[in-house]
Amino acid sequence: METILQLQQVGKTYKSGNQTLAVLEHISFSAEAGTTLSIIGPSGSGKTTLLGLCAGLDHPSSGSIVLHQQRLENLDEDQLAAIRNQYVGFIFQNFQLMPTLTALENIMVPLELRGEKQVKKRSLELLDKVGLADRGHHYPAQLSGGEQQRIAIARAFANQPAILFADEPTGNLDAETSEMIVNLLFNLNKESGTTLVLVTHDIELASKTQRIIRLKGGKIESDVVTAMVEH
Amino acid sequence: MNQNTSQIVTHHPNKNSFRPGWLLRMAWRDSRRSRSRLLLFVSSVIVGIASLVAIYSLGNNLNDAINNQAAALLGADVKITSNQPLTPAIQQLVDSLRHSSNYSEERNFASMVLFKKNNGIHLVQVRALQGSFPYYGALEADPAAAGIAFRTQQRALVDATLMLQYGANIGDSIQVGTVTFAIAGKLLNAPGQTGFSAAIAPIVYLPLQYIQQTGLLQKGSRVSYQYYFHFKQTANIEKWAEAVRPRLEANDCAIETVETQKENTGRTFTDLTRFLSLVGFIALLLGCTGVASAVHVYVKEKVNTIAVLRCLGVKASQAFTIFLIQIIGIGLLGSAIGAALGIVLQQFLPFVLSDFLPVHISTAISWTAVGQGMLLGVLISVLFALLPLLSIRNISPLNAIRVAYEPTQRKNDFSGWWVYVLIVLFVYGFTYVQIQEWKQALQFTIGIGMALLVLTAIARLLMWMVRRFFPSSWNYVVRQALANLYRPNNQTTLLMVAIGLGTAFISILFFVQSILMNRLNLSSGTNQPNIVLFDIQSSQKQGVGNVAATYHLPVNAFVPVVNMRVAALNGIKAAQALTDTSGKLPRGLFRREYRVTYRDSLTASEKIVAGKWVGVANGNGLPYISMEENFAKRNKVHLGDTLTFNVQGVPMPTIVGSLRQVNWGGMQTNFLVLFPKGVLESAPQFWVLLTKVPTQQVSAQFQQAIVQQFPNVSIIDLALVLQILNDLISKIGFVIRFMAGLSISTGIVVFIASVFMSKYQRIRETVLLRTLGASRKQIFAIIALEYFFLGILAAITGILLGLAAGWVLAKYTFETAFHLQLLPIIILVLMVCLLTVGIGLINSCGIVKRSPLEVLRNEV
Repeated sequence: METILQLQQVGKTYKSGNQTLAVLEHISFSAEAGTTLSIIGPSGSGKTTLLGLCAGLDHPSSGSIVLHQQRLENLDEDQLAAIRNQYVGFIFQNFQLMPTLTALENIMVPLELRGEKQVKKRSLELLDKVGLADRGHHYPAQLSGGEQQRIAIARAFANQPAILFADEPTGNLDAETSEMIVNLLFNLNKESGTTLVLVTHDIELASKTQRIIRLKGGKIESDVVTAMVEH
Repeated sequence: MNQNTSQIVTHHPNKNSFRPGWLLRMAWRDSRRSRSRLLLFVSSVIVGIASLVAIYSLGNNLNDAINNQAAALLGADVKITSNQPLTPAIQQLVDSLRHSSNYSEERNFASMVLFKKNNGIHLVQVRALQGSFPYYGALEADPAAAGIAFRTQQRALVDATLMLQYGANIGDSIQVGTVTFAIAGKLLNAPGQTGFSAAIAPIVYLPLQYIQQTGLLQKGSRVSYQYYFHFKQTANIEKWAEAVRPRLEANDCAIETVETQKENTGRTFTDLTRFLSLVGFIALLLGCTGVASAVHVYVKEKVNTIAVLRCLGVKASQAFTIFLIQIIGIGLLGSAIGAALGIVLQQFLPFVLSDFLPVHISTAISWTAVGQGMLLGVLISVLFALLPLLSIRNISPLNAIRVAYEPTQRKNDFSGWWVYVLIVLFVYGFTYVQIQEWKQALQFTIGIGMALLVLTAIARLLMWMVRRFFPSSWNYVVRQALANLYRPNNQTTLLMVAIGLGTAFISILFFVQSILMNRLNLSSGTNQPNIVLFDIQSSQKQGVGNVAATYHLPVNAFVPVVNMRVAALNGIKAAQALTDTSGKLPRGLFRREYRVTYRDSLTASEKIVAGKWVGVANGNGLPYISMEENFAKRNKVHLGDTLTFNVQGVPMPTIVGSLRQVNWGGMQTNFLVLFPKGVLESAPQFWVLLTKVPTQQVSAQFQQAIVQQFPNVSIIDLALVLQILNDLISKIGFVIRFMAGLSISTGIVVFIASVFMSKYQRIRETVLLRTLGASRKQIFAIIALEYFFLGILAAITGILLGLAAGWVLAKYTFETAFHLQLLPIIILVLMVCLLTVGIGLINSCGIVKRSPLEVLRNEV
């Protein structure tokens, strides 16, 4: 199986006045294409920082990150942006839809950015897949939380990413809606063969992935393969 | 799971292309919810653009009018003027021209005119005319034929307003000197006449052939001799005029052609439009600080959207371009609205200025002006918006997953500094284009820059001081209001700059006006003379004195005046200096005619600052004269220089023995050049008498007595002059106030926009405070106090800046003392405070009225 993401001895430090704060230390792991994995840990353990580094949103202070065969640490911001556009999808805890764009337009953005054809048609198909075919012309403020997250999922899959990063995707939703979102996410993921990296507090949600990496104090405390292989 | 690392290569993916179409689309989509707010940003520049478009349009229309009407302004192809009878050489030139052209001759002088019907008398400008002048345009008269008909008989054409003032009708008689003329018609307009020139000295046209009989032209009288020519062939006139100009100037004559008329009139009004456009530009700059600040807040609010876009693969430059497009678009819209408003404003400007203008100007739309204004609007909006827009490039995609992520400045990113450099260059360049004077443009740019720096520095200092010396024991409401001044997202610096600059501008205008009024008041003080009699011949001196004594009038001054010109300075002759093109010789010294007096002592308004004053010439060697110090400095005349005057044909060598400081304010006779006694007594001269009449009635009786006995004596009633000056100042004041009003309204718009922008940031905190139990009253008190602190500090800073500028203007421009008036300053500070608090509270009303739940639910 092809390795889609590989981290070797990755560290991240921040300067605060005269002090250097190590947020992540000696992080090494890799993920195979088409698998699902979750990163869990208590608040402040470095989960979100790790997600940011893996997705090419930030540069590591040490170590190397290879995403889809490309080293990220030496790329400049514009090159990272191109990688994100080509290979990466995002789902955020607070949905992060652009408030000034309609639901449909939000989904169209990654495709338009790539200069693809039949953008509207493909976006409408995605809208249909997430069950919101009739809400395309609505603005995010006119949608419920669950609906907003479904639009965000559609947007994340729009550019057919090789890897999808989801940061607490159900963190802002009630239990019923959460379940619906999780099912949608995993179904679409399975259908498209995308690698899924989940950051969550929710053990139940994490247990749905094939592998769980537990962080503590900026280090990997455990790296466990779960039984949920059917996903 | 191990990956063979040898297969991994550092591969730089292709950058996605720029996609201008998509960027435009995104800019359009993203602006949907913000268009009204974006328009609010540019509303700050609308007024500035409007005033510039109006002024440029006025300038262009004025230029067109001058070009089209220059011939009618002059009334002829060529005009030769002299202040003395022509020398034989010039007479020969004039005679030779008479054969090849239509020719008119005019004597022009001030005199009293007596309306026989009611004994009303008035100082007028007599124009004694022979020939069919004007050849272009017309002497507009009622009845129209009177403009021609008066020339053939003993008849006069009298200024229409003057006739109205004295209840005169056509056919009534007026007396000029010793001759009586029948009024042939009302003069409505003469070539080159403006509303104000007619008000100061109304015109009376007479036939030239009767002028000798009036007895007004005597030796020493101040008469202008004018000769008008109308040629059949006009092709080479300019060339010819250039060729004869040196010869004419050497003989104390001036020549004007249609082209020089265009240049001179154009220059006068170019200065006016340049000044007005600078005032408009200040309004625009003030507006631009508002744009910069509003865009700053706008970008802050867009951080999340930009971060998400960056996560989706949008490059920093693309994100920057999306918002740049929005600013360009809204800048264009704002400029278009400004230009439209400018077109409306421009319909009124010619009307306001009509009394100053010698030409009829149209109110046609000048598309060049509209284009210039719009281009300027877009350029300057973008330039000022660039500063906050550049920060978009530093917004990290991490902001999408971390709310409190602090963006880091790019290493070696000097783009912000480049924008500052561009702004300074732009301000300097624009000012230079307006005033064509690099030093003044630099002073203007530095002045504006300093004002901005001082206000910014004081704002920063205020924030630092409040934080450093925070009064922890004070009441909660006051503490919260003070804390608002320095906490994140504060608008302290912007509001300080906007309010401070506006206040500075208002106070400068106020100080300048009070300096001018002060000078006028000095002139019209209770113990000051209010009547000036001039053109009194030496033989009439005793008689005029007796008439004054009959009416028990004091003689404040009775001084002789001798007309002369400078013939040589240290051996350099006038002809040589006037043809000099090196700029080293003081041409101005030789050009003017000097009215000189002689006496043995100095007056109270004079003080010797260099050399020694010699009151009586001792007869040995050359006489020592005294010159006014600033005039000497301007004309490069120094102590000990030999100055030869031409006293009506007689050369009079002198030595500059002293330099005097002269206080020109106040109502007295002051002179640039002062002779000692014992030199000019026998020169042709006239006398000037200054006196004070107690009432209008005595004034009228005294003037009638003088005119009856001494018809050649002219009288200036200063009460009348003051009234005309007051009218003039109030009209000019109106124009200045109008322009200042534009800047002030810009300041208010910027202020409202700033407060409005800060409202968005305040809603959440205010709602939280309310949720925690704060009453509306407390929240209002916090807001009111915060704006009060801002308002009072900005107003005081602005006034201090205004005081500094006022003092500089008083000392160096108006050369007068600067008096501080406390009451108006206090009133201004209070008004600015009230306005600040008022606008702040009105804008905040919405926040307080909204229910906490509604706001929290919407997550503003």
